[in-house]
Amino acid sequence: MDDQLKNGEHTGTSRRSFLKKSSLITALALTPDTVIKAAEKGIDEQIASAIETMPLNVTINGVKQSVRIEPRVTLLDLLRERLHLTGTKKGCDHGQCGACTVHVDGQRVNSCLTLALTTEGRNVTTIEGLADGDNLHPMQEAFLEHDGFQCGYCTPGQIMSAVCCIREGHANTPEEVREYMSGNICRCGAYSNIVDAIMDVKQGGKKV
Amino acid sequence: MGIDKKSEPINRVDGRAKVTGKAKYFAEFEVPGVTFCVMVTSPVTRGTITTINTKAAERAPGVLAVFTHLNMPAIPGWAEQGNNSKLPSGGERYHMLGSNKILFNGQPVALVIADTLERAQHAASLVTATYNKAEHHTDLLKNKEKAAMPPRMGDYTRGADTNAHNTAPVVLKADYTVPIEVHNPMELAGILAFWEGDDKLTVYAKTQGVKSTQRTLAGAFKIDEKNIQVYAEFVGGGFGMGLRTWPQEVVVAAAARAVKKPVKLVLTRDQMFTLVGYRPYTIQHISMGATQDGQLTGIYHEATAETASYDDFTEGTVGMTRFMYACPNVTTKYRIVPLDRGVPIWMRGPGEATGAFALESAIDEMAYKVNMDPLQFRLKNFAETDPEKNKPFSSNNLKEAYQLGSERIGWAKRNPAPASMKDGEWLVGYGMSTGVFGAHRGESTCRAQLNADGTLLLQSATSDIGPGTSTAMVQIAHEVTGLPIEKIRFELGNAAFPPSGSQGGSATVSSVGSAVFDVCTALKGMLTEAGLSFDNGTVKPAAGKSDGLQEVLSKQNKTFFEVTKSSKGGAEQEKYSMYSFSIHFAEVRVHPATGVVRVKRVVTVADSGRIVSPKTAASQMIGGVTGGIGMALTEEGIIDHRFGRFVNNNLADYHVPVSADVPHIETIFVDKPDPITNPMGSKGMGEIALIGFSAAVANAVYHATGKRIRELPITPDKILSA
Repeated sequence: MDDQLKNGEHTGTSRRSFLKKSSLITALALTPDTVIKAAEKGIDEQIASAIETMPLNVTINGVKQSVRIEPRVTLLDLLRERLHLTGTKKGCDHGQCGACTVHVDGQRVNSCLTLALTTEGRNVTTIEGLADGDNLHPMQEAFLEHDGFQCGYCTPGQIMSAVCCIREGHANTPEEVREYMSGNICRCGAYSNIVDAIMDVKQGGKKV
Repeated sequence: MGIDKKSEPINRVDGRAKVTGKAKYFAEFEVPGVTFCVMVTSPVTRGTITTINTKAAERAPGVLAVFTHLNMPAIPGWAEQGNNSKLPSGGERYHMLGSNKILFNGQPVALVIADTLERAQHAASLVTATYNKAEHHTDLLKNKEKAAMPPRMGDYTRGADTNAHNTAPVVLKADYTVPIEVHNPMELAGILAFWEGDDKLTVYAKTQGVKSTQRTLAGAFKIDEKNIQVYAEFVGGGFGMGLRTWPQEVVVAAAARAVKKPVKLVLTRDQMFTLVGYRPYTIQHISMGATQDGQLTGIYHEATAETASYDDFTEGTVGMTRFMYACPNVTTKYRIVPLDRGVPIWMRGPGEATGAFALESAIDEMAYKVNMDPLQFRLKNFAETDPEKNKPFSSNNLKEAYQLGSERIGWAKRNPAPASMKDGEWLVGYGMSTGVFGAHRGESTCRAQLNADGTLLLQSATSDIGPGTSTAMVQIAHEVTGLPIEKIRFELGNAAFPPSGSQGGSATVSSVGSAVFDVCTALKGMLTEAGLSFDNGTVKPAAGKSDGLQEVLSKQNKTFFEVTKSSKGGAEQEKYSMYSFSIHFAEVRVHPATGVVRVKRVVTVADSGRIVSPKTAASQMIGGVTGGIGMALTEEGIIDHRFGRFVNNNLADYHVPVSADVPHIETIFVDKPDPITNPMGSKGMGEIALIGFSAAVANAVYHATGKRIRELPITPDKILSA
């Protein structure tokens, strides 16, 4: 029973030790002297963001956003944690549930699988940007009318996905809608009403 | 006095917030200076931590603190409990980060707190630990000898002939298995906690009970409940997993006190499989005896379910068997097997759904054995009064429900012989089942505030995990006062509001709704005393009076009228057995070459008293059926017992139903008020929507194929190898 197990067997290279090594090796040419000295003095924490972040210019719901973010930040976490656009939901963080669905240049994508920096220069639409002021988008109206949700957590992703489902031409029959909406999980089980809502919008003929 | 008219279907009062993304769930509140917590979990299933190295993580950018069992501040309430539990297993208590003991796989061993989520995630990956691994046991089938009777669920016997199930002219013996199922609400669990000083705590929680979370935190930190504020206005699904305030939520609150910053924890999806409960793996044996002409003479039902080594989780798995059918001799037993696993928690329908799969499958099997229509067999053994409690039912419209459902699905038109119907190359089958759950009513309190502008505000510390609590409450208030829906607002999810129970056990409308009914009735009385009355949707001077609401309020130096009422069931309820019933009819297609089962059509009927909110009630039935499709066909948490670890702890490998799995679902309500349960005449809805549905599918699969599948989920391999 002396089976020794380890988890997290990473080498533990912190940014600080990386910088120290860098100062001795080839990265010298790439890293300004002042930065290395600052790191050695232990004040690197404060300037970390300056060298670890990249600029991002993206239009979100019609508003131009200029931010600096780390390359590892996902579009989902950018929206939720930095821009406080929390209508876009995190359900799995692995592209398996669809709760984080947003439109990038008009196409539905899982924002949890999208690194924010890849949206440079693009147009992102989230649930907050779907309505026209106080006038709900027809799909929002239809979800409300058909009770296409319960807890509401998957709802923004369902609605964003549903809009594209129609735009893509994949809402011709209830069966087709079920197939093309199966990337959006609703654990409360509102599918039956969601399909009705989408078919209603499709048949209503309003522009989505 | 109650409500005697039928309710109109209305849209959800909070629907607009949900479709616009404005509804805020616990992790979405903007708290200045919030920090992010990420947990490191154990890859070992039982043993001890020998070393844990947090230095690299502590040095990583943005890290505020790393907590392990070596430096975690003690939780005062836990320390008081001591280590030893009083459980059948004799196991130790689980106190997260309280010692170096590992009691289950995925147990948190370190918390990393940093200024951004990404930095916390990275730093967590730098924590290393070594373990002394002990032998573990996670397989119920290999640990049945540890089965013990839980203190809260004794054996039950009715009738003198305890052997009738063995000696009857027709005998059925069968074993049924329900696997681990995981709630998996779409919103990830967690908590957002911050302190003012050392004794005032505020949390945004994912909970089904703000008062229960408040009590748990007060007990853990030994501080007054009044100093703990809990918010949970919107909860992204629960299905039972939010009926407990989980250890990591308490520990994160303690960590927030230590770092003197707001701390937010959001679990990862794989942690949702190990740290917030699940439906326990349960094996059941049913032995059933009947006469040749289909009269039940004896039933023996034994269920054995897993629990944690540190907690005696218990649920009502064998409850339905005790009273559902008019059978003179019934014995039920329920046992739990402690394993090296996290603790289960009630999952929608809870044990009753597990038990109903076995009982309602067995009833179907017996009907075929005595050559009777399964519907006729149920009617022949119908219990007019509750044979367990020897009391009349407060209401029981099952016979009408059987009729409504069977007519809608076309039950009589099917060929009853198994494997007799086809649609192209697909085999066609029809199945039915019954579901039942107690119509509970707990104590609840509601505050009403009638403003000078004629709007009504209602407040109660209840929850809404999705069924539409506020919508139902506004409808009740509308029906009592006559005020229009848009002039009434119901607020919940705030522990500072008047107390109510947790949202669980299908009791919210009955409990909180009664308080709303009572407080609105009291408000009417208050207006009468003030010379006012509700009249046609507004407040008007009473007959012979001239002052309106504003004048009366200003003369009394008030800006509003307010009244708070507490409500609970009376002694008359003791005389009755109160249950909600459902009937499910399923039509399936089974592909003979691939073994694929598709649910083609569903008719589901609820006898749940008067329907308070028809639109949201229908959605609840649809949702329960959808969960039932998952239970029947796709859902199974699979553990590799060599490691004691899940192999499918994500939403790609654990299959909850998606849109393509779910047909159009037809719901029917008997919609007859129950005269006893509460002033609205309502009975619960959430559980019965799911209870029994999996048996309807299994029975339909039998009708389609002649193959009886007794182990859920009914996956293609089981059809092909049967």
